[in-house]
Amino acid sequence: MPDIAEHTGPEVATERLDRVVIRFAGDSGDGMQLTGDRFTDASALFGNDLATLPDFPAEIRAPAGTLAGVSAFQVHISDHDITTPGDAPNVLVAMNPAALRNEVSRLEGGGTLIVNEDAFGERNLTKAGYTANPLDDGSLDGYTLYRVPMSSLTLRAVEELGVKPRDAERSKNLFALGLVSWMYTRPVEETLRWIETKFSQKPQVRDANLAAFKAGHAFGETAELFDHPYAVDPAPRRPGTYTNITGNTALTWGLLAASQCSHLPLFLGSYPITPASDILHELSKHKRFGVRTLQAEDEIAGIGAAIGAAYGGSLGVTTTSGPGMALKAEAMGLAVSLELPLLIVDIQRGGPSTGLPTKTEAADLLTAYYGRHGESPLPIVAAYSPSDCFWAALEAARIAIKYRTPVILLSDGYLANGSEPWLLPAVKDLPDLSTTFATSPNHTTESGEEVFWPYLRDPDTLARAWALPGTPGLMHRIGGLEKEDGSGNISYDAENHARMVHLRAAKIAGIAADIPEVMVSGDVEDAEVLIVGWGSTWGAIDGAVNRVRNQGRRVASTHLTHLNPFPRNLGEVLRRYPKVLVPEMNLGQLSRLLRAEFLVDAGSVTNMRGVPFTAGELEEAILDYLSSPRHGNEGIR
Amino acid sequence: MTELIPVTSRKDWMSDQEVRWCPGCGDYSILAAVQLLMPDLGITREDTVFVSGIGCAARFPYYINTYGLHSIHGRAPAIATGLAMSRPDLHVFVVTGDGDALSIGGNHLIHALRRNINITILMFNNQIYGLTKGQYSPTSELGKVTKSTPFGSLDHPFNPLSLAIGAEASFVARTHDMDRAHMLETFRRAYEHQGASFVEVFQNCNVFNDHAFEGVTAKAVREEMLIPLRHGEPVRFGTDGGKGVVIDAQRGAHIVDVDAVGLDTLLVHDEARTDPSVSFMLSRLARGPYEPTPIGVFRAVDRLEYSAEVSRQIAEAQAPAGPGRLEDLLHSGTTWTVD
Repeated sequence: MPDIAEHTGPEVATERLDRVVIRFAGDSGDGMQLTGDRFTDASALFGNDLATLPDFPAEIRAPAGTLAGVSAFQVHISDHDITTPGDAPNVLVAMNPAALRNEVSRLEGGGTLIVNEDAFGERNLTKAGYTANPLDDGSLDGYTLYRVPMSSLTLRAVEELGVKPRDAERSKNLFALGLVSWMYTRPVEETLRWIETKFSQKPQVRDANLAAFKAGHAFGETAELFDHPYAVDPAPRRPGTYTNITGNTALTWGLLAASQCSHLPLFLGSYPITPASDILHELSKHKRFGVRTLQAEDEIAGIGAAIGAAYGGSLGVTTTSGPGMALKAEAMGLAVSLELPLLIVDIQRGGPSTGLPTKTEAADLLTAYYGRHGESPLPIVAAYSPSDCFWAALEAARIAIKYRTPVILLSDGYLANGSEPWLLPAVKDLPDLSTTFATSPNHTTESGEEVFWPYLRDPDTLARAWALPGTPGLMHRIGGLEKEDGSGNISYDAENHARMVHLRAAKIAGIAADIPEVMVSGDVEDAEVLIVGWGSTWGAIDGAVNRVRNQGRRVASTHLTHLNPFPRNLGEVLRRYPKVLVPEMNLGQLSRLLRAEFLVDAGSVTNMRGVPFTAGELEEAILDYLSSPRHGNEGIR
Repeated sequence: MTELIPVTSRKDWMSDQEVRWCPGCGDYSILAAVQLLMPDLGITREDTVFVSGIGCAARFPYYINTYGLHSIHGRAPAIATGLAMSRPDLHVFVVTGDGDALSIGGNHLIHALRRNINITILMFNNQIYGLTKGQYSPTSELGKVTKSTPFGSLDHPFNPLSLAIGAEASFVARTHDMDRAHMLETFRRAYEHQGASFVEVFQNCNVFNDHAFEGVTAKAVREEMLIPLRHGEPVRFGTDGGKGVVIDAQRGAHIVDVDAVGLDTLLVHDEARTDPSVSFMLSRLARGPYEPTPIGVFRAVDRLEYSAEVSRQIAEAQAPAGPGRLEDLLHSGTTWTVD
């Protein structure tokens, strides 16, 4: 077997591509997520820009070979800046008939289709619902089909290692990785090193995986099945150190950074729920940062413990997804009343109820806005890309600490699991989030007594005074009952309640003065339509706007990271353009808010399919909207 | 170094808030007992926090001059868990009632107990919902006629101590609002215990469920109806200690005449016994507060305390190379540099 790390081989012409979208698909047990991750890491290290879309079923291991068990990973690599995991894949690797059947309709016309021919036996074909073998019946004629006997070639490659055939067959995903790595001239050293480290405790598995990877690579080079490999050059980038990061990891690191920048110990109360659990896992590792994580008995206890920790002076955080938001709602109301810093992180997924737990959606915006009892406004911050989850967490913490308020931080399944290269910030450039606690009485009573009033407010921020248990002389009692303005004592006085409701609302509304104005890009001066986005639609909107503008239409776009309060210039910006269109992974929740708040005719493009918008479908939607006479701001200006 | 704790009196532990329980409520005597006890515990007011949920008992924090958090229904053990975990330097008390702790908050209670977080839970059991004006509670007796059960309750009641012991609580005790000295001693033991301690306090609601415990707590019947549990001593009660508790394989724990069986056959109470089955049997001895009822400390065992263990893991993680550095974290994955 040639050692590819040293192998130079005959010079083969390499074709340059500016970008390529590859989708790996197979059975849940086939290791497709790992294969995709490795390809992604190799590409990141090589210097490509990239975006990924893991797409897996809710079942841990659905019956092998069935449509329900298909797990896929899409990666888009390029020699220039990109913002989405790509529309239609250019290449589909299908490890079995079910993967083919599930995924082939996504592949671009004439696209490259690589199948594990060995898996196309009668049993697997039947399980996937094929009555005839699609490899033979001409149904795939519209694609460039490569039939590769991956299982048997893998078996042969590992034969001499004495691995049991069943175990050996498991290495076929690394054969596929090796083959695709050759096709796209990925550097292999890092992947080889990764295999050696990852499986160092299991030498036989390690050796089998190494052999399979090398065999796949060598097969591409020697089989003469493929004309030539392709190259995707590194993308020009700003100087600095990069890492490839998923949204959930970035969010976790953002929380750790917020803790360091605020000098508040971090406390996470959380209950396992897809797709938020990885934040609990990642934070639990970082005890060196003094983090305390509690896997609570339920969602309510998760936020309850975080409130308790916040009361004691920690940066309290709870993480969840949609169903957990519903369970935490009552406690959020308490946190609004207590006016304590708290982060409520919602990694949105398809709902309602259990819905599509592993698929993405962004339909909790109105829940974040209104999903509590009483008048209980909360600031809402939404991340727009995997790496932005880091900054969004810092920003949410900044607002929470400065204004003594719970903040809802929205991410979603796509951002959580998707990844992109991230230019690492310098720690010294991170914001200072430090705060001050009350240490002495802040009020003199009529009788001249010096006392501490927990609900005396900073005149600028309206944030209340925060005295930690353990501070002598400042003992006080607070709770969910309405409090007297200032003293914080229980008050059932009608006028006082009205004043407190208005004060709490004014505090949140006032944050608008402390967040950036929205930036408009594209045809700022004379756009025919303004596209308004929030959350993970950013990449697809960016791609679609560029495409539409390339066709000569004038389009502007803006993306909201602060959803409550809205940036102070948003109304003016919305009214500046003849039309406004809001693409959302829900049935029009932001467009409804914009209509209610600003009286603009904000149109809506929606997607409830559990996968992100593609730039192509948004391009079409924008063009449709532009050609429709029905909509526009003219009528109401 | 010994920290100097300023000497305080009961008055120092009283807040400036007007106490708003119904006149004659058992909560007053419990509040008085706690306020009397606090100066003797050797702790400061500022390092003490009372956390409560919702219900009559939950107003307790307003009346005691420490830090206090009056939260939402049933959630006090969860909130106290977060506080005690993140601030092991504080003394965290939870005051709750039978509805708050055993109905809406049942889940948080059992998990706080099994987790053995260092909090002291005082559960005032009055076998009724008081604040919502008289519905039956999870400890109300079968057949109880209330506003929501005009034909009698069909709900089998919880035995709070059986529940706590079943949840593997490391400290379980019972006392009642008619005996200040017993409350003081029981609360002190609960406070001193490292871990989650659970105390059921028989508490009379004179408005909605008056006389609920009179059959066992009234001065005139106490001697015959309350069975004091004392560590290391035979379990006996009644005039001249004429009655006692024995355990045998057929009948479990049951009451006998001491003269008939002899002192040596009585159960000798061992609160530190790791196996909870004997204390569980004792918790089942009375089917309700109309049969001879054990009071005192049922169970007090050493078990790893949660927040201390959390602190230990952090200390161990930091021991080799100090606290984490953000710079290292950001570079902990695969990185590459563009010039």
